[in-house]
Amino acid sequence: MTQQPLLTLQNVSKVFGPVTVINDVTVSVYPGRVQVLLGENGAGKSTLIKMMAGVYQPDSGHIVVDGKTVTLPNTRAAEAVGIATIHQELNLVPTMSIAENVMLGRMPTRHGLVDRRALRQQARAALALIGLDIDVDVLVGDLGIARQQLVEIAKALSINARILILDEPTAALTRHETENLFAVMADLRQRGVGMLFISHHLDEIAEVGDTVTVLRDGEFIGEVPASTSEDELVKLMVGRGIEDQFPRLSENLGQAAEVLTVDNLTSAGSFRDISFTIKAGEVLGIAGLVGAGRTELIRAIAGADRYTSGTVAVRGQILPKGSIKAAIAAGIGHVPEDRKGQGLVLDASVNNNLGYATLASTAKLGMVDFAGQRSRASAVAKRLRIRMHTIDQPIGALSGGNQQKAVFGRWIIAASTVLLLDEPTRGVDVGAKVEIYELMNTITAAGGAILMVSSELPEILGMSDRILVMRDGRLAGELSSAEATQDAVMTLAARDVDETHEQR
Amino acid sequence: MSTTTLPTPRRGLDYKKFLANNGALVGLVVLCLALFIATPDFLTGPNLLNIGIQVSTVAVLAFGMTFVIVAGGIDLSVGSVAALSAMSSGWMFASAGLPGWLALVGGLVVGALAGVINGLANAYGKLPSFIATLAMLSVARGLTLVISDGRPIKTAPEVSFLGGNLGPVPMPIVILVIAALAASFLLNRTVIGRSMYAVGGNAEAARLSGLPVKRILVTVFALAGLFAALAGLLLAGRLDSAQPQAAAGYELDAIAAVVIGGASLSGGLGRISGTLVGALVLVVIRNGLNLLNVTSFWQQVVIGLVIALAVGIDVLRRKTRNS
Repeated sequence: MTQQPLLTLQNVSKVFGPVTVINDVTVSVYPGRVQVLLGENGAGKSTLIKMMAGVYQPDSGHIVVDGKTVTLPNTRAAEAVGIATIHQELNLVPTMSIAENVMLGRMPTRHGLVDRRALRQQARAALALIGLDIDVDVLVGDLGIARQQLVEIAKALSINARILILDEPTAALTRHETENLFAVMADLRQRGVGMLFISHHLDEIAEVGDTVTVLRDGEFIGEVPASTSEDELVKLMVGRGIEDQFPRLSENLGQAAEVLTVDNLTSAGSFRDISFTIKAGEVLGIAGLVGAGRTELIRAIAGADRYTSGTVAVRGQILPKGSIKAAIAAGIGHVPEDRKGQGLVLDASVNNNLGYATLASTAKLGMVDFAGQRSRASAVAKRLRIRMHTIDQPIGALSGGNQQKAVFGRWIIAASTVLLLDEPTRGVDVGAKVEIYELMNTITAAGGAILMVSSELPEILGMSDRILVMRDGRLAGELSSAEATQDAVMTLAARDVDETHEQR
Repeated sequence: MSTTTLPTPRRGLDYKKFLANNGALVGLVVLCLALFIATPDFLTGPNLLNIGIQVSTVAVLAFGMTFVIVAGGIDLSVGSVAALSAMSSGWMFASAGLPGWLALVGGLVVGALAGVINGLANAYGKLPSFIATLAMLSVARGLTLVISDGRPIKTAPEVSFLGGNLGPVPMPIVILVIAALAASFLLNRTVIGRSMYAVGGNAEAARLSGLPVKRILVTVFALAGLFAALAGLLLAGRLDSAQPQAAAGYELDAIAAVVIGGASLSGGLGRISGTLVGALVLVVIRNGLNLLNVTSFWQQVVIGLVIALAVGIDVLRRKTRNS
């Protein structure tokens, strides 16, 4: 590597109060190369990229751009030297058009008024940089996540970004959308853009990356080629080997009773004629593209949304439509897709968050059973190894994995026997992922039934006993765990689906 | 970013933390000390009782408002609902000839009903609480004028009793204490109270956990209406009559008291004790400025600045705590 890096963080450290979050780390981004930043949640990745983006300043060490030491006192300074960050939470205004978003802050004007023609033209030119040809008058909020991301990348490039920091861009994308993104990245690589890529999907690293910088607890662990095996990467990242990424222990289902029976469930506009059953001890995975109706199906079963026709029954007892209360009483627990938006009250304590589902059922004369609640929550937190300072800490301060365990914990306290999991490990690091999988094993070993929707194919393949594939609101097929492969699933999920459907 | 080291647990009372969490209380104490030094009229029995009576109306309104704000909403109608309740009670007694105690209860029922309508419009009609209660602000005041034809109505002796004395202690102060205890119990101890925090913090998460969010919202507004009615009757009791323009603009005092008391307008946060302190801050400032002969014009300026200051400090405090 004789080429001069575009950007180097040289021996940087960062301290917050008594905690050293980054200790003497060096990482470089080279033109036309993809540098992968790998580490568990809390390893210091976000702090590091915030230093690159001018949000934080290193306490020691320095930042070198094009061979010259610079200071980046704010995000503007970082933009000025060509560094752009594509965050997980996109910085777009959903109620404005694509053109307005791309040109936000630098609207072309004529006589002090917005020049709409120039606006569209320049926005189109920006989108053309990554070969994106869409109507620039469409509202950003009407686009899928994948396209929004591309719009943001185009926006960054059009303000002359040479260094792109991609913070978990694939977390919310389907396999196909991810491939689109990778094609754009390959194109940018050709044009000499340097990229820093963060992802929890180990299989993506070899596909898109060149070199990998591994962090653990804020320390630089090593730099390895992207072709390094996944097992080796995990070992570097976690500091120990993880035997098995998907430790599914299937139960013998021969005599098992049917627990959840979904019959001809239809919700106009979302899904149609969905029928399946899950037995005690079984994990049923639902694969499909984003927009295939998987989340809508899970929400309907959980009672969160009403449906048009069909029935949901737990142990033969038919549940009323759209009643979360009845679903919970029948033993259903729902771990929603969006942990922060739908799963947790972030400012409330771990204790409270664990207790919401049982707040009313454990009360005496309308008064909260504080002591009982606390002891139940403590026991579950201990059992699930939720890492926290105290049980009264706001749950928003915990890592993604620990937050997710708390959502599970709520249903364990409620003694739920049918768990509906929607993207159960999104934004969760490898170590915590395995803990969640082991928890799924424990639940099924105790006779529970699990319905899992996931966009991560390896997870679906690795953890399901049986897989249903949804396409465009219908069941496209069923695969046993033995016959399921990525290709088999994708063929069912994507057949006949045209581009426009897929992006929604 | 998760931290890797645990902070060492501290022993004894953590003064710093106490000060940070009770900024309004500290402000109130400082304020009282300053007034004690500035004027001999402040720390006198009659003046303190006067403050107590003044604060009772604001605080009782603000307790109801606390439920709403904790649950993530706002209630602009409490002043009008207070007036409507008192006026209805007066009408029931003077025109409909109901027994006094029944007229009193009737007034409370009217307030709660107005609240239920707010709640239904918000939870089931999907109107933002700001809009639903803005409408009720106008409707309730209008009905008050319709019932009274714009003139005061004499209220029942039972209502006047609320404005009188219990031995040496003015009844409004007794009612204030009871209302504070009841509201605090409701918010801290009961399922419905704890649910309000969850709804205000994240309504969708609360719903998916099986909490009856809509019913909770209706209850919250009903309570705000009930407390508003109580405040309206307290006001009427002091004057032995219901006034058509009573409590106009009091909703803003109530909101200010809740916010000074440390609640967050985005919901999920707030305490009855904080609200009581917030109400005291407002009333003591007014009282002090009166004693110091500051004109009511300037009082408004000062009150406005205090609200901005209190909330500004609170925002700063939260920012430093979170980073």
